[in-house]
Amino acid sequence: MIGAMLHEAWRAMGANRLRTLLTMLGMVIGVGAVVLMMAIGQGAQYAVAQTISSMGSNIFVVLSGYTSTGGVRSGSGNAPTLNVADANAIAELDGVDTVAPVHWGSVQMVYGSNNWNAWVQGTTPSYLDARSWPLAEGASFTDSDVRAATRVALIGRTVAQNLFGDENPVDKTFRIGQAPFTVLGVLAPKGQNLEGRDQDDLVVMPLTTAQRKVFGTPFQGSVRQILVKAGSAEAMPAVEKSIEALLRQRHRLRDGADNDFTLRNLTAVADTAAETTRVMSLLLGAIASVSLLVGGIGIMNIMLVSVTERTREIGIRLAIGARERDILAQFLLEAIIISVIGCAIGLFLGVGGALLANQLAKMTVVVSGSSILTAFGVAAGVGIFFGFYPAKKAARLDPIEALRYQ
Amino acid sequence: MTEAVIRVEALFKAYDTPAGPFPVLKDVNLAILPGEFVAIMGPSGSGKSTFMNILGCLDRPSEGRYFLSGRNVAELGKDETAALRNRTIGFVFQGFNLLPRMSLADNVALPLVYSAIGHAERRARAQAVLDKVGLGRYADSLPSRISGGQQQRVAIARALVNRPQLILADEPTGNLDSHTGEEIMQVFRALNDEGITIVLITHENDIAAHAKRLVRFLDGRIVEDRPTLSLGLSPASGREKQTFPPLPPAGEGTGERATS
Repeated sequence: MIGAMLHEAWRAMGANRLRTLLTMLGMVIGVGAVVLMMAIGQGAQYAVAQTISSMGSNIFVVLSGYTSTGGVRSGSGNAPTLNVADANAIAELDGVDTVAPVHWGSVQMVYGSNNWNAWVQGTTPSYLDARSWPLAEGASFTDSDVRAATRVALIGRTVAQNLFGDENPVDKTFRIGQAPFTVLGVLAPKGQNLEGRDQDDLVVMPLTTAQRKVFGTPFQGSVRQILVKAGSAEAMPAVEKSIEALLRQRHRLRDGADNDFTLRNLTAVADTAAETTRVMSLLLGAIASVSLLVGGIGIMNIMLVSVTERTREIGIRLAIGARERDILAQFLLEAIIISVIGCAIGLFLGVGGALLANQLAKMTVVVSGSSILTAFGVAAGVGIFFGFYPAKKAARLDPIEALRYQ
Repeated sequence: MTEAVIRVEALFKAYDTPAGPFPVLKDVNLAILPGEFVAIMGPSGSGKSTFMNILGCLDRPSEGRYFLSGRNVAELGKDETAALRNRTIGFVFQGFNLLPRMSLADNVALPLVYSAIGHAERRARAQAVLDKVGLGRYADSLPSRISGGQQQRVAIARALVNRPQLILADEPTGNLDSHTGEEIMQVFRALNDEGITIVLITHENDIAAHAKRLVRFLDGRIVEDRPTLSLGLSPASGREKQTFPPLPPAGEGTGERATS
């Protein structure tokens, strides 16, 4: 029975090939658009998720305040309002996991005939922990390096490539000014951050080395920022409040006075970015769904025409013993076949388009099994939904009227 | 007493029109026994086609009872009447009504699809009935490749394929020339000889002469019900002049018209 029905549906579709193909085209475009848009949307979400996880999770940055000289104010991180003691005090707070004081600046580095200007982070070994940043090669410096202010450094992938080329940088020595520094390790690459800055273009060295031997500090022990990692996402609001209270107390700020530091919640920034891409992919999906809807209406339209055209045939079938549900099934099956084949082609084109976008536009795309299943389910659903009314109309025809129809 | 294949009692049928119900059948009573060959005649608008549609379970009477093989059709659901049309009744239409894009074999096998019969058996049975009507070698042709008379034979094969008790034919020779019409009637007679009950509508006396019994409708009533003179003998050759007036102009309705 099913075999005979499939055969009949196939014959009916073949009888009007161009029309069947054009009807299918609506589904092809609809499904193709949905698959492509979902791939791009999920790709964007994936890219953002990658970037966010590269920043480290549950991170606060405390920046020191700015200076003001004759009304000209410098940016955050330039006034010496934070120091290592602040960092140590924050580390004692409830809910704080890791604290890393950072003193930064940029330096010109020289190795052999190469030189490169990079961003230096003077910090403690806990910095790598706070940013969940593994080493690709070599080993990290230790707390004793921080105490002794040894001239050692970890370098990012970009620095390694620009300064050392194809050489393995571990245990090599580069110069900052006249001072030699030994490379202990190379950091695993992290790529761009949310602002598009290359996170791998940096050098990490012991805090004391940066303070005393590279940049110097206005006051003993002052740092430009403190990186704080909270124990959990839930603890972040409480930790934020207690850091602020602690620093205001330590800096002896009166009520009503402005903070002389800036507390920034990087997760909030990340959440905003994630939300933005989520909305974007929803929007893409919604637009694509409209074309799927239009495709479905196309199927309904053609099926209605087909029912009218085949009124006499329906009458004959009813007269020789077809039940209403046989007629219903016949037309429904046709609609479903059109939409499922259209869906398969659309899937193929959509995935192809996504791969093309990936190759040509270097766009991150994610084609997930769930999006393919969704597309198939939706297509079958569209076929049933938009095929049902014409099929019902066919099944309800009065056989006598239908037989008279010319 | 053998049970009648068809028994109708006090059958009325009226169509709803904007001007109120329009009666088409008025108190029709008829019983047809197994093996009968009945010709129904009557002018256009006399209600014979409506009667045929009711016999074929395509339409339902407004009043009265209709027993098909002893079953009261009014008590059956839609699926059950579909099964009757499928297995108990075979239809033959004036316009042949073959599906143009299907081979003759597929056309003939179509009723079997709705009886949930497997592909191999469908094919075998279709071939067998096509052989029976003499068109076995055209099984894979399309209907457009054969003549009208041959198409009507295929339609008869389709009506036969599910081994019905009863064949209803609505002017089966109406679209055929008289010679081909005669051939088709020979097919019906052969089937009747095998015991299949046949009821056919015709306008032509020499077609009706093939039947064993003649029922004449006029104005929604049966006005004549008698054995034909031939009683299965071969009919008078040649075509007699039609004994009823030509069709009235459209809109005249079923007003008074007399058969001579």
